[in-house]
Amino acid sequence: MVSYLVRRLVTSIIVVVGVSIFIFLLLHAIYPSPARQVLGLSARPAQIDAWNKSNGYDDPVVVQYFRYVGGLLHGNLGFSYTNNQTVFALFSERVARSAYLSGISLVIAVIIALPLGIFQAVKRNSIGDNVATSAAFILYSMPSFFLGLILIQVLAISLPVFNFEATQSTSLWVVIGDWHSMTLPIFTLALISVAAFSRYMRSASMDVLAQDYIKVARAKGLPERLVLTRHLVRNASLPMVTLIGLSLPALLAGNLITESLFNFQGLGLLFFTSLQKVDYPVMLAYTLAGAVLVVVGNLVADIALTVADPRIRLA
Amino acid sequence: MTDISGGAFEMQRMHDGGEVGAIQSGWRLALREFSSNRLAVIGFAILIFFVLFSFVGPLIYHTNQLDTSLTQVNLAPSGAHLFGTDTNGFDELGRVMKGGQAALEIGFFAAFVAIVIGTLWGAASGLAGGIVDSAMMRVVDIFLSVPFLFVVLILAVKFGATVLSLSLVIGGFAWQVPARLVRGEVLTLRERDFVLAARTAGAGSWRLISRHLIPNALGVVIVNVTFQVADAILAVSYVGFLGFGLHFPNVDWGDQLSDGSQYLQDGYWWLIYPVGACIVLTVMALNFIGDALRDAMDVRLRRR
Repeated sequence: MVSYLVRRLVTSIIVVVGVSIFIFLLLHAIYPSPARQVLGLSARPAQIDAWNKSNGYDDPVVVQYFRYVGGLLHGNLGFSYTNNQTVFALFSERVARSAYLSGISLVIAVIIALPLGIFQAVKRNSIGDNVATSAAFILYSMPSFFLGLILIQVLAISLPVFNFEATQSTSLWVVIGDWHSMTLPIFTLALISVAAFSRYMRSASMDVLAQDYIKVARAKGLPERLVLTRHLVRNASLPMVTLIGLSLPALLAGNLITESLFNFQGLGLLFFTSLQKVDYPVMLAYTLAGAVLVVVGNLVADIALTVADPRIRLA
Repeated sequence: MTDISGGAFEMQRMHDGGEVGAIQSGWRLALREFSSNRLAVIGFAILIFFVLFSFVGPLIYHTNQLDTSLTQVNLAPSGAHLFGTDTNGFDELGRVMKGGQAALEIGFFAAFVAIVIGTLWGAASGLAGGIVDSAMMRVVDIFLSVPFLFVVLILAVKFGATVLSLSLVIGGFAWQVPARLVRGEVLTLRERDFVLAARTAGAGSWRLISRHLIPNALGVVIVNVTFQVADAILAVSYVGFLGFGLHFPNVDWGDQLSDGSQYLQDGYWWLIYPVGACIVLTVMALNFIGDALRDAMDVRLRRR
């Protein structure tokens, strides 16, 4: 197990380094220098050259890459000239809010999808299963902004229960307490994951139900309730860990869409405005942060699964 | 049950020493399995409907999608405009058809790009083996870790969104899954006798890949194509919704929904629900087809 984890860790480090090189080169090829944003449209080429020279943007790409990575390791994520703030300051202002939105959505998605998938597998082909399967199919094919628009229409405009805009408060405690404004963004993000998770849980539970140890448990007269809670739930929910790790890219994308739709001041919205303003230090840092989060998330999921599942742990 | 008797009949003929009947190929079996799946047939019908709706529809239902008419803005559905009109006075039904063209074109072209890159990459990696294989698979891992939508948006902003550019960008960042699938197939295929035979006969790597490995790994690729198209259509809708989509006179479904969402409080439902339903139905149809193809290709699930 240890050698597997070490190998897994080494590959993850290689992938993180590779991803940072790739994203840096890609962004560098697209936006070689922020000089135009800093000096304005009327700047002469000579001025731009001088600015590039004094700020190190005319160095070879390799030098610039190592300078950037060196900065990252010291907590310097670059400088956003359009916001006139360091990227680190912009991120640290918003990261808690985005983490809250994504985190609580993920938790709610799992809380809904786990029992739903198990219920569907146990009562397979019943009316409830068919309704849930159809709903999952529709949600799975639905862009999250369309789901968000429907929720706004129904629950904020036709029946004004919730607010159609997320809260604008900068205090995390206000954000957490403001269910009136936060319910719709959270559920927009959660319901999209519920579709994928419950479909997966259903098929995983059906696989487990066909296993011999379930037959043994039933044959020895264990009450069905205990068969489900002791044997089915524990075995079927293990692979969910991997699935959550794999769903991180979708969660990041969903976060971007949801924050834009509900005007929630998080990292996704910051990235969206950086696209509009061609603020590439923010684009670079956020894309890189997203990639690292995906790699680390998958690594943590694999470690958790290895620790939790004796079949892997002892193999 | 007719197929069983048909098979028995063919066997009978073979025993009689008469003409040897063709044994049904795996593809034929898969096709039969596919067409007996109700959801697959529904999905296929919906997909055909949207292809006809988007490409043939405008030939029947003529609308002016070039000149704005400010006297005809945001009209509710009526006999003259079946889906009403949008904020610029364009007929919404005609506009949805135009958006459908973009969605389907980008969806299929992006899937094509992804499948071509992925298949070649996976086959080359699996055939090479050893350290080259590990290196090529780490590249796949790197591409899998890049947040897809972010990069697509960054490139769309820089290079401007056209049907071609969006297809290339989306396809260029979506080939990792087919690459892994094909590599997995190739790893088992390359140990098989017919590959050894081809090698012995002097076949080079390219010939092995193009004539022996890819045709035999095609099953997993075909299953993946439909999911690729579905994902690409969703990706385009996201790009369009965020405002970085196709430029006038072209339009995509996400862009239309974004325009419609400005009027949510005015109750202009026709600007939102028809387009949204089109996205959902098209993507759902493709997912139905993909699921059915996967089941049909999976020998273990096949009814005998």
